[in-house]
Amino acid sequence: MKLITAIIKPFKLDDVREALTPLGVQGLTVTEVKGFGRQKGQTEIYRGAEYRVSFIPKIKIEVVVGDAIADEVIETIMNSARTGKIGDGKIMVSNLDQLIRIRTGETGEGAL
Amino acid sequence: MKRYSLLGLLFGVGAPLSAIAADKPAPIDTGDTAWMLVSTALVLMMTIPGLALFYGGMVRKKNVLATLIQSFAICCIVSLLWMGVGYSLAFSNGNQWIGDLSRAFLNGVAANFHKGVDSAFTLGAGTSAAVPMTIPESVYIMYQMTFAIITPALIAGAFAERMKFSSMCVFTVLWVLFVYAPIAHWVWSPTGWVAALGAVDFAGGTVVHINSGVAGLVCALVLGKRRGVGTDDLAPFNLTYAIVGASLLWVGWFGFNAGSALGANGRAGMAMLTTQLAAAMGGLAWMVMEWWRTGKPTALGIISGAVAGLVAITPAAGFVLPGGAVLIGLAAGVGCFWSSTWLKHKLGYDDSLDAFGVHGTGGIIGALLTGVLAFGPLSATDANPVGVVGSLPQLLSQTEAVGVTIVWCVVVTFVILKVLDLVMGLRVSAEEELEGLDMVLHGERIN
Repeated sequence: MKLITAIIKPFKLDDVREALTPLGVQGLTVTEVKGFGRQKGQTEIYRGAEYRVSFIPKIKIEVVVGDAIADEVIETIMNSARTGKIGDGKIMVSNLDQLIRIRTGETGEGAL
Repeated sequence: MKRYSLLGLLFGVGAPLSAIAADKPAPIDTGDTAWMLVSTALVLMMTIPGLALFYGGMVRKKNVLATLIQSFAICCIVSLLWMGVGYSLAFSNGNQWIGDLSRAFLNGVAANFHKGVDSAFTLGAGTSAAVPMTIPESVYIMYQMTFAIITPALIAGAFAERMKFSSMCVFTVLWVLFVYAPIAHWVWSPTGWVAALGAVDFAGGTVVHINSGVAGLVCALVLGKRRGVGTDDLAPFNLTYAIVGASLLWVGWFGFNAGSALGANGRAGMAMLTTQLAAAMGGLAWMVMEWWRTGKPTALGIISGAVAGLVAITPAAGFVLPGGAVLIGLAAGVGCFWSSTWLKHKLGYDDSLDAFGVHGTGGIIGALLTGVLAFGPLSATDANPVGVVGSLPQLLSQTEAVGVTIVWCVVVTFVILKVLDLVMGLRVSAEEELEGLDMVLHGERIN
């Protein structure tokens, strides 16, 4: 099993969700986050005063998938979240040791 | 001052009953009265909720409640102050400099009641410049009270995010007594000396906007900059609030300007029309300037420009034609944009929310252009068949009125602030400012 964590632009969330559903992804956790990457924030101007905003609003998606479809899911997130402009985000993949469904006690991929 | 019973002083029944019986009261005009009741509510809406939200949306999250409560507290304080002595100082005959205390605690306000029906009153009764009204005095008192409320509330935009609440409350009392009431008397009372100069101010360009804007500038200079100006992120917390607030200001301004005709008539209609046009032009002018200078037309920009247009048309609303209103809106949009985005940074003062940049600058532009663009027939009366006409002499009168307002406001505001600084301190500590006024001063926060 893999835990795939993606940081994406907020307005791309719906595109990513729609693209993942046909692959059999059962669940998705979404968090509103703020941060910066190479872009180093952005400038906002209010009545002539410039403010450097270091932390830009982003969406963090966390999804757990079986090893078999992990690559396909990564590819799909990459394609559906991409705009081609700076700030499109990152995808992080880690191995997941265990997964447990709280209601039934099922474990491993059976709990997906 | 005559001696009245305490009950009489508190409840305004001090006039001798014999006088009521002797004078046959004049009838009020119900249409005029209805419109002035509506206008009064509209002007109060400008402060709470309008100005409160306009300012509250522009500060940081940790200071939003403290900013909203300033407008609310000023509303409460000035309402009672106006009943106590404010109205009397501003609108009783007194002398040319200040009214007297004959109407303190609204003494005599019940004098026109007869068998449960109020009758009209005469402003400046007994003087050569008396103005017969067609509305009850209670309505006039209340209408003027809403102007006295919004003026000190406007100043709060200059000292936002750093002034002690206790000092602000005391400042409000002293400022209304020593700055607002005298200037309102000079300009609007039939016995006032600025009115005698021939200067006109239809709805408060001088009394309200220049006065509050200049006082705001003095506050910004005396209190000093907020910590972090130029280095930290001081971006507005929620511009949605500011947009809602500015929209309420715009709608409320019809009571401010069209209400200043003091009746339901054509001049009120024309004032409403000129108000709408100036606001629209001001918003567009600021928007275009911003688009040109920074590449993007912003929400804060267009609402700032609309407010600038509203400010500038205020002294002129009942004197100019629609074309003149558009010119005033254009001048205000460009001028206030320049004042708020360039002059402020060039001179280095921290007028947090541009009380001077919008109200001071816009008020001066409007007051002066009134002297250029005034169309005589709009203000002509039997006593003055020519009316106020845009001309060099009128422009000079307007300039004099602007000048004396600025001088009085600067000097007296400065003295009040310095005395308060010595006695109770004006500014919160550095740590308190960093933590935010909501928690430090009011024990509340937005979660």
